[in-house]
Formats: sequence, structure tokens, C-alpha cells
Amino acid sequence: MSTVTASPPKTLHVALIGNPNTGKTSIFNVLTGLRQRVGNYPGVTVEKKVGTIFLPEGPGYLVDLPGTYSLAASSLDERVVVDVLSGHTPGVARPDVIICVVDATNLQRNLFLASQVADLGIPMVIAVNLWDAAIKSGLKIDLEELSERLGVPVLPTVGRRGTGVELLGKAVAEAFEEKRCMVKLAWPREINAAVEDIRKTIGEHAEVPLTDVEIRRMIFDADSAVLRRLDASGIGVRAAIDRARESIRKLGMNPMAAEALLHYRHLEKVLAGVITAPEQIATGATESIDRLLLHRGWGLVAFLSMMYFVFQSVYTWAGPFMDLIDAAKGWVQDLVAPMFDSMPMLQSLVTDGLIEGVGAFVIFLPQILILFFFIALLEDTGYMARAAFLMDKLLSWCGLNGKSFVPMLSSYACAIPGILATRTIEDNKTRLATILVAPFMSCSARLPVYILMIGAFIEPRYGPWVAGFTLFVMHFVGLAVAIPVAWVVTRFVLKTKGKPFVMEMPPYRVPRLRDVIWRMWSGAQEFIVRAGTIILAITVIVWALLYFPRPESVAEETAAAFIAEQSLEQNSTVQAVIDELEDPESELSAELGRQIDSAYLNQSYMGRAGKALQPIFAPAGFDWKITVGVLASFPAREVIISTLGVIYALGGDVDEESGDLRTALANAEWHHGPLAGTPVFTIPVALAIMVFFALCSQCGATMAVIVKEAGWKWAVASFFLMTSLAWIGAVLVYQIGTALG
Amino acid sequence: MSLNILRFVMPSSQGEISLSDLKKGQSGRVIAIDADDPVNQRLMIMGLLPDMQVTLVKIAPLGDPIAVQFEGRVVSLRRAEASRVRLEPLSA
Repeated sequence: MSTVTASPPKTLHVALIGNPNTGKTSIFNVLTGLRQRVGNYPGVTVEKKVGTIFLPEGPGYLVDLPGTYSLAASSLDERVVVDVLSGHTPGVARPDVIICVVDATNLQRNLFLASQVADLGIPMVIAVNLWDAAIKSGLKIDLEELSERLGVPVLPTVGRRGTGVELLGKAVAEAFEEKRCMVKLAWPREINAAVEDIRKTIGEHAEVPLTDVEIRRMIFDADSAVLRRLDASGIGVRAAIDRARESIRKLGMNPMAAEALLHYRHLEKVLAGVITAPEQIATGATESIDRLLLHRGWGLVAFLSMMYFVFQSVYTWAGPFMDLIDAAKGWVQDLVAPMFDSMPMLQSLVTDGLIEGVGAFVIFLPQILILFFFIALLEDTGYMARAAFLMDKLLSWCGLNGKSFVPMLSSYACAIPGILATRTIEDNKTRLATILVAPFMSCSARLPVYILMIGAFIEPRYGPWVAGFTLFVMHFVGLAVAIPVAWVVTRFVLKTKGKPFVMEMPPYRVPRLRDVIWRMWSGAQEFIVRAGTIILAITVIVWALLYFPRPESVAEETAAAFIAEQSLEQNSTVQAVIDELEDPESELSAELGRQIDSAYLNQSYMGRAGKALQPIFAPAGFDWKITVGVLASFPAREVIISTLGVIYALGGDVDEESGDLRTALANAEWHHGPLAGTPVFTIPVALAIMVFFALCSQCGATMAVIVKEAGWKWAVASFFLMTSLAWIGAVLVYQIGTALG
Repeated sequence: MSLNILRFVMPSSQGEISLSDLKKGQSGRVIAIDADDPVNQRLMIMGLLPDMQVTLVKIAPLGDPIAVQFEGRVVSLRRAEASRVRLEPLSA
């Protein structure tokens, strides 16, 4: 029994480990409730979840490690688990106690990980989860005997209902106090000798002395992170490792297989007689459901209908909420604007910079919440693995895998939830490739551009059928470009060719509503905190480029010219025009206001940049006004509509259906150069603009999410890749279109 | 059961096939796993060990990947990967 000590109880660090699909997340959620935070491990994109667990002696830290089958460290997730358990992760203490969650219906396979972890000598508690499913299938497990043989507390749990989870805290305290570690595998003498040999070779070189476990990892893993660390610091142990592998071969075992064989042999002995399987295992519901959902024909029909429903929901259910957020943003802007009436610069910064910027990321929340709801459902029921199974062939040839499908499809609504959804892809390289491809999908923000161009130029000339067809084709332009991009990137940059796609297909399960809601909430929360700031910053920077410089003289000159022009046009005195302008509600002063806005924009930094950079876009047939529109749209592509509205002095409130804007575009003519006097917007120009917007990386929010999910390098790569492909695409379309007449 | 045996009479000595060669519903016994192969190592960790019986349970609509069952676990893998696991065929 524990001895009573006078010192205050230490705050325990507890780690939760287990195979994927064991219901570990449910247990974590039950244990921590809302006292949890989600972040990332330093340097990698693996999700780090920490929370507070209540122990008899007071609160402790609980970290939920990614679900893994082993400590082999062949994936990022596994490496994180190994590092945390060895105490090598900055900011995460080496755990005092480990809770290992195992699937009661597949105990022996699940205990493999526990047996590996036992080697670390950390006290352990085993939660035999899905206990209800085991009982239902007729399995009998003698838990008392199991606890006796393993040497650690063993508790039955049903994470989905929270049953038994409340006892884990007490068991953790007990395991810690009594130092109850799981029975270790007795390694053959030869392996122990090899470990010593390697330790001697390393000698005093290693900064931190390596544990036996880490040394064994070097022997057993084809690609060991520990070994690479040693290589990097110039410590040559490869020869010693080869010697170790040779001695395992002499035992009659393949060194790469030795670990699995020895652990499973060990477990077989430990578990003998503990589990009584029923004579006949009942065909579970899973098999019957799969007969339909994985059926050659019906399986695809079910899959496509499900995906269609998910896509439609993200696309349409989010609409009213997004309109509501947009309206709320306008309302707040109108409310706040009068407070700064005496300070026009501050007024513009607050309304057009800050509030606009906050609105720019809040607007994505409805889509993120809805998509995460479906993703949590698809994953927690076990269907996601089936979806990946059905779609894998379609995506594997271009270097992606079946799990890329859902993120790509959701990117058709919006790339942001789509990119966040790539977290379901375990393989990091495939995940990066999918992140690169996702923003090419034609998201809903591209729609206004298509509608404006098609409505102004295609429909009047070719009629509604061609217009509809053009709109349809535009939705595949990005996909058609993205697939070769994926092929090239996965083959030559990421080298994922031949990357295995081995995935367990878990039994179907009823999801726990609270886990689903938690998933939605944490996804949204993380997006706001991490991406929100970047989006806000981009919006404010672009606001400044459009606002400055702002000499008063521009307004005065524009007003003077306007008054002179109006008096001439109306055949009245200058004074009469000025009198009419005195009334701020009059049509005339509104018109003057729009002209001043347009004049300011023309000479703003953005306007100047548009004129300076126009030669770059000339091969695509863009004039400087389109160029300004393109440049101003980098934070959000849909901004093009209101920017064109301001440039053509129609005000910023125009939308893609606006007749005035369509007329203004149709009437726009070249003022200089060889094309002077001809219309700017020909059919090839309209098509080039659409292709440009289909391919270009014009979304600050997407960039922010890529930075967060994949790092700056990938965000920059994605930006330049998309933008240069957009330019090439637009130039090709314009040049070919013009040549064909 | 007996009908199936009549249809697929396959003596166990018939020789080696790969996991990818199995027909739907057919089983095989793992001969030895070439564990230098990372896919095989992964499968071993998931519990596919020498001498164990493995059954092909599903084929994706486009012919690839396949799903195999061993010891109560269903695992999906591509044919390219499955072809590296050597089996002794068993009757279906």
C-alpha cells in the first residue's frame, strides 16, 4: 500500500494511447469534459490534445496521443507517440502513468501496442473498451485474471456511454502509487547483448543516454528516427546495428519481423485461457451493412448519394447563415461608422479594414461547422474507411489515396473546410499533396465571377444553353489542372509512388453525439484562433493599399472637373450645380461620391500597382482596371465584383447580377495602344478572366489555413503554383481565343 | 461448405500464390512474411503472422484495393501491396 507522505501530491501527467478505432477519443472526452485544449506538437502537424483529468489526489494533465498500432515510428503520428512517451517532446512531460485503451473484441491484437509500451517501464492502466460489443458477440474475458497476469489495473469501459470511465482516475492513482507496470516481454539473450553492444558503440557521444527501448527501435525499425538523429550528429552505429540484426538472423528470425513475432508469442502465453470465444461468432451487423455499402453497384450509388447530400448541405445549408453573418457585418459597420465621422481615415480602417477582416473569416464558420459535423459522423460510424476503399483506385494513379476524396469534394463548396478535412489522411505526404490540390477545386466564391462574365458576355451572344454549359465547364477547369499537378508533385517532389495504403476497416458503430459536437466546436475554434489573425492582417494590408495615398487634392480636382462637366451637360450655371451638390441626399452628390472613390482608387498604391503591372497581364488581354481588380482580389476572389464597381464609379455595392456593372463592362474601351477604341471585354478576355479566377490562389483565408496545416513553405509553394498556372491558363485562353476569332 | 470444397479443390501443396491472387471469399495461409518490406511489417504489426489464415472478403468496385480479414480484423490494402504477401492457398 502507499505510504502517506507529508509533501503535497505531485500533479500527475497521464497519457492516453491506443490503436485507431478503439473509442479512445470518447474516453478522452468523457474524462476531460470541456477542460481540453487542441494544438499542434512542435514542428509537426499532428494534433495535440491535452485536458484535465480528475484524480483522487486532485487534478492531473491528460494528453490524448494519436491512435497508432505500434511504436515503429513509420508515420508522423507514431513518431509523436514515441517521442512523448520517451520524454523527448518539448513542452510535454514524460507521462507518469499511461492509460492504454484496447478494443475488447480484439484484445490480443490491441495489446501489441501495450506490450511495446510496457517496455518503457511506465505504470499503466488498461481500459478494455467496447465492453458492451464484446459481451454482445459472446466473448468472455476474465478481467481479474487478465489484471493478475498483466500486473496492471484492467477496467471494462464503454466510452460511448461513459460507463466505467469514472473509475479510471482511481486506477491511475493506484497504478502510480504502487508502480504497477505491465509485464514485460523477456527479450532473448542475444537481443539484450546486441543492445549493450550498441550502447557501448554510442558511448558518451549521445547527449541524452538512450534507453533500451530506443536502442531496440534502431534494431527493429527499417527507418528509425533515433538512428537518423544519431547519424545527423555524426555518431556511427550502423555497423553495430548490422551486427545486432545478424545475431537475430542466427536465432532463425528475420530482424524486421522479430519484434512482432516475439510480442505476439509473448501475448499468446499471457492471454492463454483468459478469453473464451463463443463457438460460433454471430455474423455482425457490420457484415450485412457492408454487403450493401461495399457492393459493386449499390455501394457506389450509396456513396455518391451520401457525398451529394454532404456537398449540398455544406453548399446550401450554410448559405442563409453566411447571408446572416454578412448582414450582421453590414449592420455593425453602419452602427460603428458614425462614431468616427470626424476621422475619415479611422472610419475607413475600422469599417473597411477591421470589421471587414473579422467578417472575412467568420463567414466561413457555417461551412466549417457543417462539414465537420458530417466528417465526424463519417469517421465515428466507420464509413470513412469504406469511402476511402471505394474511391482509392480513382485517386491512387495520381499519387493521392482514397482518403483525399472527401477533402477534395468539400473544397468545391470551400477550400477551407476542405483543407481542414485533410486531417483525416494519416499519411503526411498524401495529406500535403491533397492540401495542394484542394484550392484548385471550384469553390463557391468563384461563382460570382463566372456569373458576372457569363451574364455580361456569353449569355447575350450565345444564349442560355451555352451560358449554362460554360458555367458547368468552369467547375472542372480547376480539377483538370489539379490532377496533373498532383501527379507531378507526388511523383517528383513528394515521391509518394508506391506508398502503401493499408487501412483497417473498423466495425460500424453508433457515434456519440457529444464527440461529434466537440469535433465541430474544436475545428471552428482552432480556425478562428489560428487562421483568423492572418486573415485579418491580410485584409487590413489590402485595405491600406487601396486607401493610401489620399491627398485632399484628388477629391477637389475630381469635384471641380465634375462640376464643370455637369454645368456644361445640364446647361446651367456652376453655382446651380454646387447648390444641388449641397444636398448630400441628391442623386448628383451620390454620383460625385462614386467618382471621387474611383479617382482615389485610381491613384492608390493598388491602382498604381495595377497600372504598373498591367504589361504582365497584357498577354491575357487584361487592361489596367482588370489588373487592379485581380490584385485587389488576392485576399478574397469575390472582391473583384465590388472593386470593379468602384473602378467603374458604380460604387462598391454592386453584385454579379447588377445590370449597371454588366453594361459598364460591355462599354469599356481601350484608351491607348494598338487596340484603342475597341472593347476591352471580348469573349476571349471574359474567358481568360474566368480561367484566371478558376486557377489563381486568391483567398487569404485558404493561405492562412495552409500555413497552419502544412507550414509556410507549402503556402508559398501553393500560392506561386496556382498564380502562375492561372496566368498561363489565362494567356493561353486569350491568345488561342483571339487567334480563332 | 462441402459444395464449395467440391468447386475449389486445392491441395495445400499446390504451391505459392500471393494475397492478391485470392478470389473473393477464398482463404490462404501465410507462408512466411518478407518483413524487410514495410507493408509486410505493418501487416505483421496489425496481427498478420506466419501460418495464419487470411480471407479476401471484399474487392472495391474498380477492382482495387481489396479487403482481407484475419483474426477478426478487416484491413484494406492495394493489390500492389497484397502481391508481396505469399500464401499457401486453402479451399474456399
